[in-house]
Amino acid sequence: MSALFEYIIRLGDDSLILGHRMSEWCGHGPILEEDIAMTNIALDLVGQATSLLNYAGDVEGNGRDGDKLAFLRYDREYKNTLLVEQPNGDFGTTIMRQFLFDAYRKPLFEKLQNSADKQLSAIAEKSLKETKYHLKHSAEWVIRLGDGTEESHQRIQESLNTLWRYSSELFYTDEVDAELLSQGIITDIAEVRAEWEVTVKNVFEEATLHIPTNNWKQEGGRKGMHSENMGFILAELQYMQRAYPNMEW
Amino acid sequence: MVTEKEIWAYLEEVSDPEIPVLTVVDLGVVRAVEITETRCHVTITPTYSGCPAMKMIEEQIIEKLTEKGIENVNVSLVLSPAWTTDWLTESGKNKLREYGIAPPEHEVDKSVLFSEPTVVPCPQCKSRNTKMISQFGSTACKAHYQCNECLEPFDYFKCLK
Repeated sequence: MSALFEYIIRLGDDSLILGHRMSEWCGHGPILEEDIAMTNIALDLVGQATSLLNYAGDVEGNGRDGDKLAFLRYDREYKNTLLVEQPNGDFGTTIMRQFLFDAYRKPLFEKLQNSADKQLSAIAEKSLKETKYHLKHSAEWVIRLGDGTEESHQRIQESLNTLWRYSSELFYTDEVDAELLSQGIITDIAEVRAEWEVTVKNVFEEATLHIPTNNWKQEGGRKGMHSENMGFILAELQYMQRAYPNMEW
Repeated sequence: MVTEKEIWAYLEEVSDPEIPVLTVVDLGVVRAVEITETRCHVTITPTYSGCPAMKMIEEQIIEKLTEKGIENVNVSLVLSPAWTTDWLTESGKNKLREYGIAPPEHEVDKSVLFSEPTVVPCPQCKSRNTKMISQFGSTACKAHYQCNECLEPFDYFKCLK
């Protein structure tokens, strides 16, 4: 398996699984505008996943396309971070999960625009424009809820306390990254992390939220070791293709 | 033999499935038309990654050109350079306004965070006293606004650069 394939799968699975999570809000948003906003974001993420997984299939060269990769792999073959598979919880938890992710995705796509790999750079260029809107949306809500009422503050602080342990995995690197770094396909993740830290710090300050001091971290998704949530997600995501193999919509 | 110019004219007859007042040419999603001895190749780009209209646009282009007697039409999708609202034609912007959708204002929020929403004039009464209701509207490419003067809600085709 090539490093490039593995790397694109990681990016693609983050988009796919978070897109699926966001789509679960369809018809359940706290207000109509947010229902529409979250499903729009879901659509962008699933669109990005389509571009990424189709490309992963091309790189692999075994005739698997984006659909096959999305619907016909087993849980251990998915390489998304644990953060994106966490349950939606209340609206604040969904927003916090999205914010931690968007704040990482924006600088990541900015750097990937200059990738030596043309198709990866094209996908990054396209996705970046959407991600900026996502970040604006999630950051504004973090501020509104954090600096809102006593209850909204308390609840989103609790969401942050719960999700913080999953944030470091966004910057996970291993031999896959080392190889692509040497080929100029990706840049040092430390640069992305530095920008993420500034964004997170500024927004939390404005939102009167405190970054948890407990630094216990949970990782595993990038290696295919998922939380108990993943099986439930895949059961829903893959149901149709598993029940009716090769069916087309 | 058919010319590229004729193909572009035919494409002016293909409308966007979600905003039928615009043609795919107005919208700027058609990036190139290339004719060789044996085939006609049209290159399109999506407005947003997940735009569900792309497949339909592709099919409609093939259908339209086939109807005009052109054989071996194929359509391919490119992501770069990424679509920008700058590619909306002037006539496209006017059509949007007449249709009740505010066209994109020249400036995109550069700072991303902590910036004020863009001032968007009401497509109905032209007042600039409007407010943003939501960054995300009825489709990925639109935001939701309301006019404070005539109270009409309206869609804003948001700026993407």
